[in-house]
Amino acid sequence: MSESEKRNELNRRQFLGNMLKTACGVGLVGLGLGAYSKRASSMPANYIRPPGALPEEDFLGACIRCGLCVRDCPYDILFLGEVGDEVATGTPYFIARTGPCEMCEDIPCVVACPTNALDHELKDIEESRMGLAVVIDQESCIAFHGLRCEVCFNVCPIRGRAISLDMQHNTRSGKHALFIPVVHSDACTGCGLCERACILEEAAIKIFPMHLAKGELGKHYRLGWKEKDKAGESLVTPDTEHRYNLPEGVRYDLQGEGLIIEGEAEETPFSSNPLDTLNSGFMDK
Amino acid sequence: MKLTRRDFIKSNAVAAAATVAGVTLPVTNAVSADADDGIRWDKAACRYCGTGCSVLMGVKDGKVVASQGDPDAPVNKGLNCIKGYFLPKILYGEDRLTKPLLRKTNGKYDKNGKFEAVSWDEAFKTMAEKWVAARKAKGPKGIGMFGSGQWTVWEGYAASKLLKAGFRSNSLEPNARHCMASAVGAFMRGFGIDEPMGCYDDLEHADVFVLWGANMAEMHPILWSRLTDTRLTKPGCEVHVLSTYEHRCYELADNGMVFEPQTDLAILNYIANYIIQNKAYNKEFIDKHVNFTKTPTDIGYGLRASDPREKAAKNRNKGKLSKISFEEYAKSVEPYTLEHTSKLSKVPKDKLLKLAKVYADPNKKVSSYWTMGFNQHTRGVWVNGLCYNVHLLMGKIAEPGNSPFSLTGQPSACGTAREVGTFTHRLPADLVTKKDAHCKFAEKTWKLPAGTIPRANGKSDDADQSDISGKPMGKTLIHAVAMHRALKDSKMNTFWVMCNNNMQAAANMNDESLPGWRNPDNFITVSDPYPTVSAQAADLILPTAMWIEKEGAYGNAERRTQFWREQVAAPGESKSDVWQIMEFAKYVKVEDVWPADLIAKKPEYAGKTLYEVLYTNGQVDKFPAEQVTDSRGNKYDNHESADFGFYVQKGLFEEYRLFNSVKGIPKKGHEMADFDTYHKVRGLRWPVIDGKETLWRFHEGYDPHVAKGEGVKFYGKPDGRANIITAPYEPAAEPPDKEFDLWLCTGRVLEHWHSGSMTRRVPELYRAVPDAVIHMNPKDAKKRKLRNGALAKISSRRGEIVCKVDTKGRNKCPEGLVFVPWFDAGRLVNKLTLDQTDPLSKETDYKKCAVKISRA
Amino acid sequence: MVDMTTLGDDAIAAKGWYKSHRFLILRRLSQLGILALFLTGPWFGLWIVKGNLASSLTLDVLPLTDPYVLLQAMLSGVVPETAAIIGVVIVLLFYILVGGRVYCSWVCPVNMVTDLAAWLRRKLGIRTASQISRTTRYWMLTLTLILPLVVTGGIVWELVNPVSMMFRGIVFSMGAAWIMIAGIFLFDLLVAKDGWCGHICPVGAFYNLVGIKSLLKVNALQRQACNDCMECYVVCPEPQVIKPALKGEKKGLSPVILSSDCTNCGRCIDICAKDVFSYGGRHAIKIDEYKREGEINRGVRV
Repeated sequence: MSESEKRNELNRRQFLGNMLKTACGVGLVGLGLGAYSKRASSMPANYIRPPGALPEEDFLGACIRCGLCVRDCPYDILFLGEVGDEVATGTPYFIARTGPCEMCEDIPCVVACPTNALDHELKDIEESRMGLAVVIDQESCIAFHGLRCEVCFNVCPIRGRAISLDMQHNTRSGKHALFIPVVHSDACTGCGLCERACILEEAAIKIFPMHLAKGELGKHYRLGWKEKDKAGESLVTPDTEHRYNLPEGVRYDLQGEGLIIEGEAEETPFSSNPLDTLNSGFMDK
Repeated sequence: MKLTRRDFIKSNAVAAAATVAGVTLPVTNAVSADADDGIRWDKAACRYCGTGCSVLMGVKDGKVVASQGDPDAPVNKGLNCIKGYFLPKILYGEDRLTKPLLRKTNGKYDKNGKFEAVSWDEAFKTMAEKWVAARKAKGPKGIGMFGSGQWTVWEGYAASKLLKAGFRSNSLEPNARHCMASAVGAFMRGFGIDEPMGCYDDLEHADVFVLWGANMAEMHPILWSRLTDTRLTKPGCEVHVLSTYEHRCYELADNGMVFEPQTDLAILNYIANYIIQNKAYNKEFIDKHVNFTKTPTDIGYGLRASDPREKAAKNRNKGKLSKISFEEYAKSVEPYTLEHTSKLSKVPKDKLLKLAKVYADPNKKVSSYWTMGFNQHTRGVWVNGLCYNVHLLMGKIAEPGNSPFSLTGQPSACGTAREVGTFTHRLPADLVTKKDAHCKFAEKTWKLPAGTIPRANGKSDDADQSDISGKPMGKTLIHAVAMHRALKDSKMNTFWVMCNNNMQAAANMNDESLPGWRNPDNFITVSDPYPTVSAQAADLILPTAMWIEKEGAYGNAERRTQFWREQVAAPGESKSDVWQIMEFAKYVKVEDVWPADLIAKKPEYAGKTLYEVLYTNGQVDKFPAEQVTDSRGNKYDNHESADFGFYVQKGLFEEYRLFNSVKGIPKKGHEMADFDTYHKVRGLRWPVIDGKETLWRFHEGYDPHVAKGEGVKFYGKPDGRANIITAPYEPAAEPPDKEFDLWLCTGRVLEHWHSGSMTRRVPELYRAVPDAVIHMNPKDAKKRKLRNGALAKISSRRGEIVCKVDTKGRNKCPEGLVFVPWFDAGRLVNKLTLDQTDPLSKETDYKKCAVKISRA
Repeated sequence: MVDMTTLGDDAIAAKGWYKSHRFLILRRLSQLGILALFLTGPWFGLWIVKGNLASSLTLDVLPLTDPYVLLQAMLSGVVPETAAIIGVVIVLLFYILVGGRVYCSWVCPVNMVTDLAAWLRRKLGIRTASQISRTTRYWMLTLTLILPLVVTGGIVWELVNPVSMMFRGIVFSMGAAWIMIAGIFLFDLLVAKDGWCGHICPVGAFYNLVGIKSLLKVNALQRQACNDCMECYVVCPEPQVIKPALKGEKKGLSPVILSSDCTNCGRCIDICAKDVFSYGGRHAIKIDEYKREGEINRGVRV
C-alpha cells in the first residue's frame, strides 16, 4: 500500500468512523427525544386544550406552538406549556378552575390557528368538546346533601342540556327535595365555567379530558327502552292479549301497575271534579 | 402575582393528577375531628331572607370558625342555601368599618369634606345639633329615619320609641316599605290584621301551588325545596307559575305562564269570573264570612303631584272601600272573559283555563305564593286583594293546604318592620297613628304625657297637637319615597339610615335619592358595617355591629319569632343599632324637642334626656344586666347590657309585650311568649297563648281566638268577615313606547342578598355571580346587534348603566322585556327605575319601567 | 496567530468604529427590532405582530409561517390552513432570495447568545477543539423530520427546540427555557467553538438548504487587497466558507462566497481593514471577468 493509499485508507476509515459516531450520537438524541415526547404528551388531568383541539396525538403533530390562539383569546385564559411543565412545550392549554373558556360565539382562538390544530371545521362553540365536566366528589358537593347551591347549573352556558338538575326526595329531612346536578356528555363542551364557579374550597365538579372522564358501555349492549323509543314501537311483535284467573273485583294491568284490587269506591258516571260535569252541558244531550 | 398564579396552577395540577390516580391528598381531609374541639355551638336565625332558616354558629377564640344548618329546625332541617352556607364569612370582610367617620375639612364638619375618623361623642354631638335644629325649623317631618326589616325586633322597637315618642315625629320608615307594604295594605283592608293566616306546613298540605310573581327557586331556596318535594312525592300535585319572564321556578312548572306586565290584575279577575260563571264558588262560606266591596279606581301612580299622570288621575291616592252586593261584584269581573284576558295578558287560553280550573275545583287544596311581583306593583294592594278574592270565593283559606301566602323578602320584615310598627303610620302590634285611641294607649304604656305621639293628622281629641316649633303639628305621615323627595326639596334636613342600603335600593337614584342626600341643607347619617353605596353618599358613617355580634330576634314570614345570643364581639368601635339609637338619645334633651305645655303635663321629665324618658322609664331598665348563659352552661357577652347597665334586649322586648300580650290591649291576635322562652325554643309562631303556637289563624281549633262553633272567623274585622274587594285592570305608569321600547324588570339572584354588601364580600359568591347582567331575549339582542356577553348600554328617561348582555342566562325573558338584578354596586340599576309607588301602600314598583338598549 | 487583544483594531483605525461594526449593529437592530414588534402587543397593548416565529400575523393581515416547523407538522399528517400556506410561501421566497441563513444571523435570538459566547471565548482565550462534525446538523435535521413520521406525539423537536423556545420565552413566558439557553451558551463557550449554530442546530441546517441557491451573497472581490491578517477567519461563525473565495484566485474559484453555510452576517466585511469583502449578487460577476473587474475596482479605489 502506498503512502497516499494508506492516507486515503486512513481518511476513509476516519470518515466512516466519524460518520458512525455522529450517526450514533444523533440516534441517541432521537431515542431520548422520542422517550421525552411520550412523557411530555401525558398532560395533567386539569390541563384542558382550547376548543376544537384535535385528539391529543394529532394535536401535538399539528400545533406549531405559535401562540396565536393565546393572543386572540379575549379572556386571556390560555397558557403555552413551558419547559418543565407536564405539557408539551409551547402548546396551549387552560385551567378551568382559574380561567375557564367563556365560549365566544365566534371562537377567535380557532380562527387564529394556522394549522388546524384547532379544527376550523368547528363553527358552533356548543359543538366543541374540550373535556367533560364530572361531578367527581359527591360526598362534598353540598347539593347531594340537599343544600340549595346549584351554582354549576346556574352558570352553565348550555344550562339544562349540559347540566340538568335531577330533583329527588330528601329522605333524611323528609320534606325537602335534593337538586342533584347531572352532566350530559352529549351537550357538555368542557368549558369549565362550572368548575370555576364551584363554591367549595376544592371544586366538586371538575373538567377532565374526555378519555379520563368517560366510561363506555359494552359494545354489545343496548338500553331496551331507548331502542324502543328510537324505533317508536316494540322491536319485537307486541304481546297478544293476556288473560288471567282472578277473583271478582281484581284486575291485572300487564304494562301498568300489575295487580289492581278495586277499592270500596263504586264507580259513578260522574267525574270527581264537579266542574267537568258542570261544564259538559246537559247530560241527556 | 405571576408567580403565585403559576404556583397555584402547579399545586392544582398535582391535586388533579392525584384525583385521577385515585389518591386522596391529605389536604382534602385536613379538617379532622380535633379541629372541632373547643367550638361553642349556638343557634341563630339566618341573616338573609324571610324563610327564617335556623343555623348553628360555631365560635372559638372569639371568632366564628364554623357553621351548620340546624338539623332540629322545623323550617330547614339542617339545610341551607348557598348564601347560608357562607354565613360566617359575611362578618369578616376585609373592609369592615371600625370607627365613626365624619366628612370634615380643616377639622370641622363639611358637607363636601373627606371622611375622617371621629369619636362616638363627636359623631353624636354633631348629629344631635343637626337633628334638634331640623326638628325645630322644619317640624315633625324635618327629620327622618330609615330602618329595616333586617333590624332585630328590639332595634325596631327602640327606634320607634325614639322617633315617635322622643322626637315626636312619624318620619320613621323601614325598607320594608319597598318590600312588604302592599301585602300589609291588603291584609289590613281584607282582614283587619296583618300577616299570613297559614304557615309553611301548607307546603306539604297543598295539592296545587300557584306562584304569582315569586321566584321562590332563587329567593326562598329552602321553601322551594319543600315545595318541590311535595310536587315530587304527592300524586296529582301541580305547580303553576306566573311571571313576566321565565325564571328557575319554570323548571318545575306544570303550567308555566309568562304574562304582559300589569295584566296579573286581569288574570285574577278572570279566575274570579270563571268561578262565578261556573257557579263553583263556595256559597256557604261567602254568606257567612265575606263582605263584598269596591275600591276607587284611577288612583294615580304615587309620583310627584306635579307629574301629568298624577294630574290626570281622577281619584288620586284614594282607597276608601264601599260595600257592594255579590251581583255587583260578579258584574265587575264579567268583562274578564277568557278571550279578553288571554289577549290582554298574552297567556294562551288553555293555560289560563287550566289555572282557573284548579282554583275552582273544590277538591283541590290550593296555596298561592307571592313576593315582589305582587308587592312592588303600582296596584300592589289591589292585586294582593284580587288573589284573596279568589281564595275567599272558594273558601280556600285559613286551613291546611288552602293558603294565600305573602312571602317576605327580609329576615324580619314581619317580626320587626310590621309587628313592631316601624312604619310612619304604625305603632307596635298593628296599632296606627291615625287612631287617637291607639296613640293614647301607646302613650300610657310608654309612660308619656297624653298627646306626645304625633297623630297622623296632627290632632288629638280633635285639637291641634302643639309642636316645639310653636306651630301646630300638622299632617305627620311621610313614606319612604316621599322622604327622598322631601330631602331633595329641603323639607327634610336630617336622615338616618340603618341596616340597609337605601341609596342603592331606592328607585330613581339620579333624580331623587342622590340629589336629596347630597343637598347642602341636609345631614345624612348611615349606620353600616361596610362602606356601601349609601355610606359613600352620607355625611356621617357609624360603624355597626352586625347580626350575631349582638343579641337579636327576627320574625319570619310564617309568624315565627326566633332569638339568638351575642356570639362574637363586633370589630373595633362598632356598635349595634340598638346601642346607637339609645346612646344618641342621651344627646337630646326633652326641652330640645318637646314644647313646654307637653313637658308641663309630666314635670318630672323636665331637664331629662330622651334616653332617660324612653329607656330608663322603670320598664325598659327593669331587668338588671346578667351573665347570659345557655342551658349547657356556655357563657355569652352582651355589650349593650354592659354599656347601659341593664338587660337592654329583655327590657325592650318585655315592654313591647305590653302591646300584644297583656289584658286590655286594643288589638288581640299578636300574643307572644316571654323573652326567656324564646332563647330556649327554635322559634314560635304567634299568636302564642298559654305557650301554644298557632299554625293556621282564623280557623276553629287551630286559632284560640276563634270560639267553638264559629268555624272560621276573621276577627281582625269588627264583624268577623273578610273583604272581597273588586278592582279592575289598569295600565302601568310607564309602558314601553317607540323610543324606550322595552320593559325593565329588576330583582335578585340566589347567590346575593339584596344590595350585595355582605355576599359580594364572600369571594366564592362573588366568583359565582360577579356582576349584574342584562337578561334578554336572544331576538331582542339580535335586533340590537348584540350578542351574548357583549357590553350594552341600558338607559331610561332617568339614567343609564352599562352591563353585559346575557341571552342564555337563568332567566328567559320574552321579547320586549329585560331583567337586571340590583345587587351590583358597580351597576346601579336604580339609576333607571321610576319612583312610582302604589298610591295606597306607597310601595315602590321596581318591576315596570321603560328602557332602551344599545351597544356600548 | 491572530492576537485576540488587538482583534479589529486595524479595521477601526482604517474605517472608524462605526464602519467596522456596521453590520453587527444592523443585525442586532434587526434581531431586537423583530422581538420588539412582537412585544409591543403584550407590553403596551399595541398589536403589530401577534404570535411568534413559528407563525405570526402582522397588523391582522400578513401571515408568516416558519416552513421548517410547518414541514414537521405536515409530516405528522396535518393539512395546514390557507393562511399558513401563504405565510410559508412568503417566508420561503424571502429566504431563497436573501439566503436561508440570514434567518440565523439577522432573526434568530439564539444568535445573540452564541455570538456572546464566541466573543467571550476569544476574550478568555478558550481553545477547546470541537469533536463534532459540522454535518451533524444535517443528521439532526433528518432526525427531526423522521421523528414526526415514526413517533406518536407529533412535532417532537419542538419539545426541546431552544430557538423557538427562546423567542417564545421572551414573547410569552420563559419558564425553565433559560436553562436550555444557558446550556447552549456554556456549550459554545467551553466545549465547542460555534458549537450550536455551526454544528448541531437543525433549524440552521434547514435554512441552509433553503438558501442553497440564494441571490444575496458576500464576496471577496477585493481579495487582492487581503493582507492575510486572518481576522475574518476568527470572527466568522462558518470560517470554512471564506477560503475558497478569498484564496481561490489561483484555482480559478469565484470570489463570491458560494457556500450556503455562510449566514450573510457581514462580520467579515466589518472586520476587514482592507475592504476585501462586500455584499453582492450571486451572479454579479462572471468567473472569467472577476480578475479584470477586480483590477478595475482596485484602480478606481486607488
